[in-house]
Amino acid sequence: MTIVEIGLPKRLVELTLDGESVRVPEGATILDACTASGKSIPTLCYGDTLKPANACRVCMVEVEGSRTLVPSCSRKVEPGMVVRTDSERTTHSRKLVLELLGSATDLSTTPHVDEWMSACGADPSRFGPSAPPSQDRDERRPGEHEEIDGSVAATVRQPTKVDNPLYVRDYGKCIMCYKCVDACGDQWQNSFAISVAGRGFDARISTEFATPLPDSACVYCGNCIEVCPTGALSFKREHDKREDGTWDESKQTETTTICTFCGVGCNLTLHVQDNEIVKVTSPHESTVTHGNLCIKGRFGWQHVQNR
Amino acid sequence: MDLKLLDVEPTEAERVVVDLFNGMGRDQLLPALHAVNDRVGWISQGALNHICRVLHVPPAEAYGVASFYSLFSLTERPAKIVHVCVDLACQVNGAKALCDRLTDELGPAGAKSGWLRSPCLGVCEKAPAALAFEAGEVAKEQLLAPTHAGEVIAVAAAGPSPVDGERAEVPQAGDPGLRLLKRVGVVDPESLDDYRATGGYQALRTALLLGPSGVIREVTDAKLMGRGGAAFPTGRKWDATARQPVRPHYLVCNADESEPGTFKDRLLMEGDPFSVIESMTIAGFAAGCSKGYLYLRGEYPLALHLLRNAIAKARERGFLGTNIMGHEGFSFDIEIRRGAGAYICGEETAIFNSIEGFRGEPRSKPPFPVEVGLFGKPTVVNNVETLVNVPVILAEGSEAYTRIGTAGSTGSKLFCLSGNVSRPGVYEVPFGTTLGELLDLAGGVPPGRELRAVLLGGAAGGFVRPDELDLPLTLEDARAAGTTLGSGVVLVLDDTADLGSFLLRIAAFFRDESCGQCVPCRIGTVRQEEALHRLVGKRPLSTGAADLQLLREVGQVMRDSSICGLGQTAWNAIESALDRLGCVESFGHEEAGS
Ligand SMILES: Cc1cc2nc3c(=O)[nH]c(=O)nc-3n(C[C@H](O)[C@H](O)[C@H](O)COP(=O)(O)O)c2cc1C
Ligand code: SF4
Ligand code: SF4
Ligand code: SF4
Ligand code: FES
Ligand code: FES
Repeated sequence: MTIVEIGLPKRLVELTLDGESVRVPEGATILDACTASGKSIPTLCYGDTLKPANACRVCMVEVEGSRTLVPSCSRKVEPGMVVRTDSERTTHSRKLVLELLGSATDLSTTPHVDEWMSACGADPSRFGPSAPPSQDRDERRPGEHEEIDGSVAATVRQPTKVDNPLYVRDYGKCIMCYKCVDACGDQWQNSFAISVAGRGFDARISTEFATPLPDSACVYCGNCIEVCPTGALSFKREHDKREDGTWDESKQTETTTICTFCGVGCNLTLHVQDNEIVKVTSPHESTVTHGNLCIKGRFGWQHVQNR
Repeated sequence: MDLKLLDVEPTEAERVVVDLFNGMGRDQLLPALHAVNDRVGWISQGALNHICRVLHVPPAEAYGVASFYSLFSLTERPAKIVHVCVDLACQVNGAKALCDRLTDELGPAGAKSGWLRSPCLGVCEKAPAALAFEAGEVAKEQLLAPTHAGEVIAVAAAGPSPVDGERAEVPQAGDPGLRLLKRVGVVDPESLDDYRATGGYQALRTALLLGPSGVIREVTDAKLMGRGGAAFPTGRKWDATARQPVRPHYLVCNADESEPGTFKDRLLMEGDPFSVIESMTIAGFAAGCSKGYLYLRGEYPLALHLLRNAIAKARERGFLGTNIMGHEGFSFDIEIRRGAGAYICGEETAIFNSIEGFRGEPRSKPPFPVEVGLFGKPTVVNNVETLVNVPVILAEGSEAYTRIGTAGSTGSKLFCLSGNVSRPGVYEVPFGTTLGELLDLAGGVPPGRELRAVLLGGAAGGFVRPDELDLPLTLEDARAAGTTLGSGVVLVLDDTADLGSFLLRIAAFFRDESCGQCVPCRIGTVRQEEALHRLVGKRPLSTGAADLQLLREVGQVMRDSSICGLGQTAWNAIESALDRLGCVESFGHEEAGS
């Protein structure tokens, strides 16, 4: 979360990052230190407006003295820490995490993942051909799985959930980053419409008893879509345009404005393609909304469209 | 928070059991789910809805919690169900043939046919094992061990009839050298008087005289190491907690015991339940805890009964409650929490989430439990066996205690012998006893057979070869030999054992028990199982991908980058089998030896 610090200036902590000495404010994470010194570390479950979920493990770095690698997105710097972001171990870990994710999940709409994969030579196909999509992921029981023979690689591929006019859930693209759950729950929205259900490879994002969204506690604030890093959650309009092949980000403009529905003054970023609003996001650095909106700001733009 | 509930009502029976939780909070979610499951055998939408209403939990979250545990069903299921163990020790003792018979006669495992496959039930000394359950006004459970297809089929139809007076047994019962097991199978586990007549509650008296720091000093000087697997110094843990200014402090006794091949804690709880309660009380006193939770795995009905009895009697006689044993200002009480079928809940931070009513997912460390633990407060987590060492230390003094065992591993240790061994069971030996001596104590492999390998430390442990039996069983020697004593598993395989199937079961276990939180373990355990199937079944991918190489690479990322010990150790035993037992040759294809 971007916090504007107005308290006392923080003490600086000195650490060694890939052999170079760097100083960052106390309380910063290793990821912050990397960013400050111009190193880019891939992240997926990290969210600038959310508490670290520590789930994706794509951001792992080596810290001297630690038995395992550590997640840079959440581990705070300590004085004298010796961190390596480019050792054989970290490279292996990053490659394997991306391969595992890619072998189980449709990452076709996850930004940057292609670059990261080619940078470390990740090849998700080496785990074998993908198993066909399954229809029963919402009913799987914890602690058991069907007998397998290793001829195909299990995936989370499944039918897309289209159960309301506003947004679509394509959990075949879901990497289980927990961001949507955190955005919907006590960190922001307090609606608690979705949670992680099931266990292990069958863990999934779900409403109670996988009930359709209209019957759930969802208020269509779209804050889960805002934070989803993979495109598993998307505006219905985006989904439809992708389906019929007319989604084209190169033709889109982004205009940030202020929502006119009420007096709070939320910032809206309108994504416009061919003179049509195709989705609405909200700047995360806005001190009013931190990227969060309500149904009106997020979806209430149909009336401006001349259709 | 306004809750939006589904438009479904509970049945009368469901409403009655859930209403008992009126006025309580989220931390009663797991008990409430158990209450419904015990009453009707599964958790319906109406029942979950009502639980949410009473405890004020959002339904999506309650669903997330209920669907985490394998003992609960969220789809309709008959009241009677038999859980049939297919895990390591039972596999070695005919579980597969048993399941084949059940499949033939009852139909494939599932709610409809009345039986389910289960991970280790913690009675590996009596393999193969099954646990029958029947929901009702009084839920009934019956352990069938050792069992056979005929018995399972009969009980699946008739329902369980709990056996009265079932008693814990250990092969060494009555041996004067026993310290941890001295009462097991000898005294009446229901009688506080018997307990006291055999020295019970003298240690607590000593502790109250020594004061908290005196107790911590004794435990530290005794060099007591945790017996739950991680071998952390207990004195240091207590001291770190005791020093935290934040109050309250909590104690959690980890009795989740779900590592395949482990059953020592069950024997302690069934054979000497009062000593578990006394030990917890001493630990609570030392670390400044006002409340202790005993987190008991869901599949231990006899231990549950005996511990409940022990707590009630201790409370009655002033050994729990306020001003314990007349000690002004020392209050401590114990609540039992039943797990519901999730190995991961034995991990020390997952256990907190489970008790608090959240999904049993491990938390990221730091912060460590001694600072931020249960309900965010400083917390001591100890294994059952660790705790029952404490009265022994206080009775004989730390110096005498350290004379047993070795310099690095003091005291005695419980080992769980199972598999192809003549006299399976829990054995107590001083640290430093060799593996060969321990096997001899248990009668070795059955006559006419030859030892093939020993799985030491459990599914997260490693294999030892027949030519390595002079390995002294100490923490340091095991480490040096590239294995671990873990939770004390000694699972013996002779020349009839099918190593390929055994390893596949280990892989399936980790896949099934992964909580699913982090990518290396959630997906890595699946890829590990798939690659191992290809390797064992000699069915390489048409791409010719090197499965041994894949296994190693996946194993490495699980070890390096998983959040908790489950993922970090999920490759240990398989790696050790491939490297130390040379079993690639016996089943591997073109890559043997690569
Ligand atoms: C996946 C997993 C399962 C565990 N299960 C248990 C268990 O059932 N019982 C136990 O005492 N410790 C278990 N542990 C170890 C605990 O995390 C913790 O180290 C232990 O309870 C601490 O107690 P001790 O210091 O007395 O050994 C488990 C650890 C992991 C990673
Ligand atoms: S749209 Fe809002 S309320 Fe609905 S699931 Fe997403 S975050 Fe929760
Ligand atoms: S739906 Fe998106 S935000 Fe939610 S867990 Fe999956 S990838 Fe993350
Ligand atoms: S290592 Fe496995 S069990 Fe542990 S947190 Fe990760 S997914 Fe869960
Ligand atoms: S970004 Fe750090 S664990 Fe996901
Ligand atoms: S009871 Fe079956 S393996 Fe432990």
